[in-house]
Amino acid sequence: MHELAVTESILELANQAASENGASRVTEIFLTIGQLSSIVADSVQFYWDHISKGTPSEGAILHFERVPARLHCKDCGESYQLSEELLPCPACGSIALEIISGEELQIDHIEIMKEKDDTTG
Amino acid sequence: MTQRVEIVRKILDANERIAAANRALLDENKVFGVNMMSAPGAGKTSVIMETLRRLPHGVRAGVIEGDTAPVTIDADKISALGTPAVQINTSGSCHLDAVMVELGLQKLDLKLLNLAVIENVGNLICPASFDLGTHANIVIASIPEGDDKPYKYPNIYRGLDVLIINKIDLLPYIDFRMDYFTRGIQILNPDIKIFTVSCKSGEGFEGWMSWLMSKIPAKDQLKDL
Ligand SMILES: Nc1nc2c(ncn2[C@@H]2O[C@H](COP(=O)(O)OP(=O)(O)O)[C@@H](O)[C@H]2O)c(=O)[nH]1
Ligand SMILES: [Mg+2]
Ligand SMILES: [Zn+2]
Ligand SMILES: [Zn+2]
Repeated sequence: MHELAVTESILELANQAASENGASRVTEIFLTIGQLSSIVADSVQFYWDHISKGTPSEGAILHFERVPARLHCKDCGESYQLSEELLPCPACGSIALEIISGEELQIDHIEIMKEKDDTTG
Repeated sequence: MTQRVEIVRKILDANERIAAANRALLDENKVFGVNMMSAPGAGKTSVIMETLRRLPHGVRAGVIEGDTAPVTIDADKISALGTPAVQINTSGSCHLDAVMVELGLQKLDLKLLNLAVIENVGNLICPASFDLGTHANIVIASIPEGDDKPYKYPNIYRGLDVLIINKIDLLPYIDFRMDYFTRGIQILNPDIKIFTVSCKSGEGFEGWMSWLMSKIPAKDQLKDL
């Protein structure tokens, strides 16, 4: 739903990291997006192509690592992967559940390119 | 040659920092902040208005209204009750974020208030991802929306403090299994407070009001002008 706001944050973080590291370009960005973050990667890519134009991140390739939602049952200890629909613990029927993974929405690392200068090589 | 730079930052980090500042500002002024979220038409404005009418003398509220369009319909209704209301036009955005709320809080005289109510944009999916810096996140569900929503959209109901189920006056006309619905909510939210209310009949408001009043911090009351 709010992929534009998310994409703007990614751009800001990437450009900021580039300037802090004296880089002229960002070439790749590695993202982790959990199933429960309700972010659609295709929409992020769509906005990215538009808003990164004219910035150091223009043309950078976005890599998405999607993390499925996993739940843990506090009653019987069972762990299971959430399908589209929320269901009680498949082993014991309990609804005392906690989320182990799937809420991630983060930028992990980027690849940057520095302008060649006279001191190198 | 490219070089790898580790970042490992939450993408909505900036929002979370500003939300924390909003919360600190509210705390400093002893104001309890609530974020009201729901699908369009579930009854945010109605619940807020009924709540304002029932506030005891001496408890003062301010309201921040988020709308995607520059219409002041909801803000005007609140102002008509004598409550300060600030309209924030999100210019098309589907949710409020902490920056918009920061601007709204600046327009309220927090020193005079005990309660700040934020009516989020009518959208059930994404406002929940944006911490605004309030003390309580509240979703208003309504009977006509159906009882299977928690199972279809589990992520919406996470991280909530309170669920208000509104329009219970319509229960005789609509198939809505209250047990099934609330169980779906409790799956990822065992500690959530649930209140069932009707803005039409006023039924159920006592429980919600006493919960709300128990959260409002003590503050030296300024004399009525
Ligand atoms: N029957 C019934 N209608 C309600 C109730 N609460 C709100 N409504 C109606 O639902 C519609 C939407 O309410 P509103 O408060 O504007 O919803 P919002 O879009 O979430 O702010 C209005 O026509 C209200 O009169 C209720 O408890 N029972
Ligand atoms: Mg409204
Ligand atoms: Zn949104
Ligand atoms: Zn179990």
